[in-house]
Amino acid sequence: MTAPANDASKGPQDAMVDTVPSEGGVTREQRNPAVASRERRTTAMSPSGETPYLVVEDLTVQFPTADGLVSAVNGLSYSVPLGRTLSIVGESGSGKSVSSMAVMGLHDRKRTRISGSIRLGGDELVGLSENELMKVRGDAVAMVFQDPQSSLHPLYTVGNQITEAYRVHHKVSKDVAKKRALEMLDLVGIPNPIRRFKQYPHEFSGGMRQRAMIAMGLVNDPKLVIADEPTTALDVTVQAQILDLLNNLQKEFGSAIVLITHDLGVVAEMADDVLVMYAGRCVEYGTAEDVLARPRMPYTWGLLESIPTVSAANERLRPIKGLPPSLLSLPGGCSFNPRCPYADRVKGERCTTDLPDLLRVDGAGAHTSRCHLHDKASIYEAEVAPRLG
Amino acid sequence: MSDTVRTVDAGTASSPLLSVRDLKMHFPIKEAAGLGRTRKVVQAVDGVSFDLRPGASLGLVGESGCGKSTTGRMITRLLTPTSGQILFKGTDIARMKEKELRPFRRELQIVFQDPYSSLNPRQTVSNIISTPLRVHNLVPRGQELARVQELLERVGLNPEHHNRYPNEFSGGQRQRIGIARALAVEPEVIIADEPVSALDVSIQAQVMNLLEDLRRDLGIAFVFIAHDLGVVRHFCDEVAVMYLGKIVEQGPREQIYSAPQHPYTQALLSAAPDLGTIRGVPPKERIRLVGDVPSPIDPPSGCRFRTRCWKAEDICATQEPPLTPKSKSGPGHRAACHFAEPKVDLTAATA
Amino acid sequence: MLYFVARRLFSALSVVLATLVVTFALFFIAPTDPAAAICGERNCTQERYNDIRENLHLDRPKVQQFAEYTAGIFAGRTFETSGVVQDCKAPCLGFSFKSNRPVTEMLASRIPVTVSLVAGYSVLVLTIGVFVGSMAAKRRGTTADRVLMSSTLVLSSIPYYIVALMISLYLTILYPILPRGGYTPLSESPGKWFAGLLTPWLVLGIYSCTQYARYSRGSMVETLSEDYIRTARAKGLSDRVVTYKHALRSGLIPVVTIFGLDIAGSLGGAIFTERIFDLPGLGNLVLSSLTTYDLPVIMGVVLVSSVILVTMNFVVDVAYSVIDPRVRLS
Repeated sequence: MTAPANDASKGPQDAMVDTVPSEGGVTREQRNPAVASRERRTTAMSPSGETPYLVVEDLTVQFPTADGLVSAVNGLSYSVPLGRTLSIVGESGSGKSVSSMAVMGLHDRKRTRISGSIRLGGDELVGLSENELMKVRGDAVAMVFQDPQSSLHPLYTVGNQITEAYRVHHKVSKDVAKKRALEMLDLVGIPNPIRRFKQYPHEFSGGMRQRAMIAMGLVNDPKLVIADEPTTALDVTVQAQILDLLNNLQKEFGSAIVLITHDLGVVAEMADDVLVMYAGRCVEYGTAEDVLARPRMPYTWGLLESIPTVSAANERLRPIKGLPPSLLSLPGGCSFNPRCPYADRVKGERCTTDLPDLLRVDGAGAHTSRCHLHDKASIYEAEVAPRLG
Repeated sequence: MSDTVRTVDAGTASSPLLSVRDLKMHFPIKEAAGLGRTRKVVQAVDGVSFDLRPGASLGLVGESGCGKSTTGRMITRLLTPTSGQILFKGTDIARMKEKELRPFRRELQIVFQDPYSSLNPRQTVSNIISTPLRVHNLVPRGQELARVQELLERVGLNPEHHNRYPNEFSGGQRQRIGIARALAVEPEVIIADEPVSALDVSIQAQVMNLLEDLRRDLGIAFVFIAHDLGVVRHFCDEVAVMYLGKIVEQGPREQIYSAPQHPYTQALLSAAPDLGTIRGVPPKERIRLVGDVPSPIDPPSGCRFRTRCWKAEDICATQEPPLTPKSKSGPGHRAACHFAEPKVDLTAATA
Repeated sequence: MLYFVARRLFSALSVVLATLVVTFALFFIAPTDPAAAICGERNCTQERYNDIRENLHLDRPKVQQFAEYTAGIFAGRTFETSGVVQDCKAPCLGFSFKSNRPVTEMLASRIPVTVSLVAGYSVLVLTIGVFVGSMAAKRRGTTADRVLMSSTLVLSSIPYYIVALMISLYLTILYPILPRGGYTPLSESPGKWFAGLLTPWLVLGIYSCTQYARYSRGSMVETLSEDYIRTARAKGLSDRVVTYKHALRSGLIPVVTIFGLDIAGSLGGAIFTERIFDLPGLGNLVLSSLTTYDLPVIMGVVLVSSVILVTMNFVVDVAYSVIDPRVRLS
């Protein structure tokens, strides 16, 4: 991966240069990650934290199975600067979780083939040995998982699990680690940390467990937090609390967040940037505003039209027809073509023969989508937007 | 299936198909306390009442532990209520014995949340769907297959797949099989317990549309249990919001969503992440509840919501507010709160 | 925790009491006449028969006999045979008229043998068995895993007593790689105690080890796919810590459950092993007593075995609650 200059690798950030206000005196100027990484090679890492912290380029994750090689993630590229949240959206099997597990290096090495590049603060992670990766995991990158009930060890106290996470990366005494853990429990809003420290996960409620999980993730002050469906297992009112907590913690610590979710409502409330995945590929990528308010890919349209929202009063839902394809036998051309209601508007057979490139939606911006349709903007404005109300 | 269409008679609108009165489900539990054990009671459902008219759909919404699923299971008599009445066309089935219950079982069907665990993996689809047909003697011998295929087609599956096993279908398709099984006995009421919450967004919409078609074409009444406020708004004419075993607010859909009276309903609506927030609409007022739902073993005295309520005063701890119409509410809209008042600006883009 | 232990202790004691009643009932209320059994068929005169009945207090009401027997356990009692008064100190488990000794005395020297045997066996299966299983689970799907698991399958499909006899014949007698089995009290010489018991332990344990390796492999494979194992790896813990700290603790739970159920079986296995290596344990005693119809001894052995069993189950229960805090907290 030398000098990546293809459009796909560009983050959506450059479009945001003038829309993001400066915060606390720090100008949050966004840059093209390709430029940034080139700069990094010649100069030291930018101390202001403006450069993308996580850069994923052309990431491919494959699993050999009895039925053949499955490409769960195919040529995925994105970047996340510190202080920003990227939301990866997709349905089950779209590769959104697999790609973030790859960032953490959590896949079983013997059963996974990973290619491409994952750079964390300029350091390449792909190809690192298990021992080298261990030092990154939980320290610079932390992960918050979906179901706090099953993701916390049921047989160790919450305090024990948090101190353990701290002591893996800090050679400190148990007492120091305990102090740190109590601090974290307090920070994530768990009342009475001293008592809670000694309790087991099953003595916590769902929301408190997820808070403990977040405390454990953040104990080493990670620069990147990957949250994999962090609120899917929680109730609505608790979900709101946890989302607020993640937002506030990000403001306080300025970490980069990759938020994996299937819930576009959560995306709307949390994300600065959005990446939509379908069948292992990125199909649309841009700022949250671009992707949710000016989507340029029929799959994204379909997702938006499928959701019965609290506020919208559209009567009949317009689901995407059919089922997501099997990764073992992807349709030719655009993976979405068998389900796409607009495929017949593309001249010839391109949708079924050529895989569309991830191209800029308009000449200038960083909003990209993977679709052969020529007049995406006018189709959306004329047909889709009115249905969304 | 056209012969099974029931016209919804306007005259029956006044006489409900299903009436639930003061339904309670208390589960006794034993807890170790010192050397002995103490008996405690989980008040899973504590005094729920509602009516369901033919062809109507009532949504039961609430967070986990509010008793919505337990209520659904009692109505279908998978659980026997501790007390209260379940009147189906005027007959109380709450305490009926299994034998007397059988004809009613046919009328009241349930569709479960998890399409993976609610279908027997060792039976073919045809077997799964035709078992209720045989149990209730609905189809002459030899014609089961034709009926199974008719049902599969009705729920949007390929009738030729009747010989397949559940694991050969995707989640959405399995849910359709579950629905076909419920439809097989031509029920008048279907209790749908979180029927779409295990499905992906695009598939969820397909199943929602299917349920809506069934309701419109076959006149089946639905009790729709869900935690997703969007889904409930989409499907139900009437909505009952539950909290810790009780209905705290109930009324016509538009009233509940556009002018909720109970603080809990307001908090729920406010908490639901909503696409409306980015579509150029100013962010809604946020209500954030503190903490989690208390345990149903020792629910708070008086109003059960008071421990998380920002309006709570002394009276809330001593007097339980009854579910009654409030001064500013529309017809049929009731709330159980001493300080109920409508809040209209909670959802961003109310059309 | 204290309450939990107290509750378990209470239930353990009730089991012992129930065993006491049942064994008593079996031997003294059962249709066979213990006096006739002791008297034998030949040269049993009516006089001798009556004598035995009187000595055993069999002529008294059953309830009184039971009361006397139970009282003897706590306070001791006396027996009279052919005019000689024998003192049987507490805990008195009756008097063997065949060997003319109190049962307690006969058992006292043998209990440590059986307990040593079973304890060593337990340590063996719970360490080697579980370790081999965990290792295979960690490497599941690899050649090492397949080799380990198929060899355990082969070993466990040969009947236990054949393995035992073969080992004792080939490895201790023909090719003396292993020390010969024999018993030296631990207090006398720990080294000799260990050497003498090593072969019996291996013989008794090797078969179960293969089974425990398979149980723990299954349990560990399941545990290793749990979400919290992924969390542990995401924290940056090494594979070794993840497997042997996080996974093993959960993976042990079903193994300990099986172990609890299996203790009775291991006592049965101990009888065989004692016989093969001629160890002076309870098993050997009960086998010889069975041939001589020495009922008080058999009864004593049954009672003591049940106490051993209950004690070990109690230990398992407590171990269980140490591994899984939810057990004692709920």
